[in-house]
Amino acid sequence: MNVPTMAEMMAQGKQPEVLFWVGAAGSYDDRAKKITKAFVKILQMANVDFAVLGTEESSTGDAAKRSGNEFLFQMQAITNIEVLNAYEVKTIVTYDPHSFNTLKNEYPELGGKYEVFHHTQYINKLIKEDRLSIDDTNLKGQRLTYHDPCYLGRANDVYETPRDLIRRLGVKVTEMKRSKSTALCCGAGGAQMFKEPEKGDKDINILRTEDALETNPQIIATGCPYCNTMMTDGIKYKEKEDQVVVKDIAELIAEANNL
Amino acid sequence: MEKYLPNIFFAVILIAGIGFFIHNVRKLFRNIKLGKDIDRTDRKPERWKNMAKIALGQYKMVRRPVSGILHIVVYIGFILINIEMLEIVFDGLFGTHRVFQPILGDTIYGFLIGNFEVLALLVLVSVIVFWFRRNIEKVKRFWSKEMTGWPKNDGNIILYFEIVLMSLFLIMNATDVKFQETGAGNVISQFIAPWFNGFSIEALHTIEKSAWWLHITGILIFLNYLYYSKHLHILLAFPNTYFANLKPKGQLTNLASVTKEVKMMMDPDADPYAMPEEGAEEEVPEKFGASDVTDLNWVQLMNAYTCTECGRCTSSCPANLTGKELSPRKIMMDTRDRLEEIGNNIDANGGEFKPDGKQLLNDYISPEELWACTSCNACVQECPIGIDPLSIIMDMRRYLVMEESAAPQELNSMMTNIENNGAPWQYSQMDRLNWKDED
Repeated sequence: MNVPTMAEMMAQGKQPEVLFWVGAAGSYDDRAKKITKAFVKILQMANVDFAVLGTEESSTGDAAKRSGNEFLFQMQAITNIEVLNAYEVKTIVTYDPHSFNTLKNEYPELGGKYEVFHHTQYINKLIKEDRLSIDDTNLKGQRLTYHDPCYLGRANDVYETPRDLIRRLGVKVTEMKRSKSTALCCGAGGAQMFKEPEKGDKDINILRTEDALETNPQIIATGCPYCNTMMTDGIKYKEKEDQVVVKDIAELIAEANNL
Repeated sequence: MEKYLPNIFFAVILIAGIGFFIHNVRKLFRNIKLGKDIDRTDRKPERWKNMAKIALGQYKMVRRPVSGILHIVVYIGFILINIEMLEIVFDGLFGTHRVFQPILGDTIYGFLIGNFEVLALLVLVSVIVFWFRRNIEKVKRFWSKEMTGWPKNDGNIILYFEIVLMSLFLIMNATDVKFQETGAGNVISQFIAPWFNGFSIEALHTIEKSAWWLHITGILIFLNYLYYSKHLHILLAFPNTYFANLKPKGQLTNLASVTKEVKMMMDPDADPYAMPEEGAEEEVPEKFGASDVTDLNWVQLMNAYTCTECGRCTSSCPANLTGKELSPRKIMMDTRDRLEEIGNNIDANGGEFKPDGKQLLNDYISPEELWACTSCNACVQECPIGIDPLSIIMDMRRYLVMEESAAPQELNSMMTNIENNGAPWQYSQMDRLNWKDED
């Protein structure tokens, strides 16, 4: 794929209109990499002049901060901010709500002030600017339910933007009984992704998968690579992987547009 | 002189009741101020708006329609019926009887009292439904582990208080012969009055007077019960919503003390052996995070006193729903209990805290509870009066990690990876862009 880095751009004396913050999952996790590529295809389709940091990108520090390690978080943040500011980055888009939240809300106090978009917001913007449209025939009539990522929903009050995009897919949407501000967490937030859960009688992702399965979906859509992992595991646990797929909204749009 | 005995007696219990209440309010302020400073003086118009919407307007209560609507009935009843307190206090002090009736005229007075009577009945019904939900229907959130002993009794005592107070109000009106004869405002009590048919005028008068006295004494006792009860929310909900966090819920606080150290660490020109600046010697290094309530800020402590233990937070907490130890409500209850313990310690030791070898961490809240949190903000979202249990959990995690290096092993590995290769997993940072050339 043709994905320019900020360093390459700078060497050519160019400044892209937006930086795509890929995030750790998007860079290394095999499942998440598919989302990364789908989103790149969308950006390319809309002729967005974008770049990534590539090997200069490093963890935002979200997981460290939520683990209580403010030192490590701030070291990460200050290092990243130095890189971002050196490239004079003004606008950032990411499909990881955790990076989104940290870059948008927690970097400004440390000197990193950018306009930060979640990819659902950015795609919406592209549609509004007539740079992109979504073909509503390919997925027409498929049964879909949307899982709100906590760091997009409650953390930043973004509930409608992803739903606006989903409606453009022509799918049949059924909301879960717990949705929007009452949505149940997938179980990955607050650094839980990186540890075994505490003793209990069920895993959170199983409970959330049950919420989703109640709507009898063919597709569980979400907008977070960690939610994606948790829900995918939940579907496997329930042995429903033949009937239900877990997809990021970017993947669904890429699919709808035959990208 | 004898003639004025009731007036004097009334004045004495009124002053004693209010006096003791003020005494406790001062203690409350003192305890809350044991917390660290935090600036919540910005964005005043938004703060007023939140208070009007959330505390006064109760708009978050109806997220759960049944309990929400019943609560609004009790709340409106409570506020409006208390207008009647003005008359009671006046009558009590000056020995008058329904002093506002001639002043306002039968129509207006009747309209007011009539509404109070209807509200009293509605409150009575709502409170009985509440009791039913707690004790017979056994709504799950009232039967969690932390809801045994005092918290469980407290919930019921409040309901009994309200049942008794509302009944007394209606009985008082029903046995007031003159009030019934006038027929202005006895919309509900006229149906209770027949229960007392056959009583002599004197007996009715005695019942009415007793109900009157019990009503006002009951209210004064209830007022003083607040400080010891979860019912304190009827007062603290207002400042609590005013001072609540206005930033996005996902944004955790920035620790400025850490920024200072990190910037120094990363500054290539910093001299690690430099002598501290003049006057810097006495500076005690700040403790990172919270292990006791005095490490929390005053808003968090006010949150703890405001919590009415409704359990909406806990019943939406993903960790709690899947059987983990964590309960956001318990975090708030523990914080209040520990703060009370410290307050009582200060009172018992002549105004100074005598170390008791206890703290919020471990003695009240276990690391297991803290590590079960997914930081999903469901508890914060659900709280009808703007309490933020997540901020306490995060401050305590900070203490565990930065002061005690006591993170779960897997998190330590994750953090080591971030330190070494800029990702939570052990992948080389040089491989970050490999995906672009993979299929």
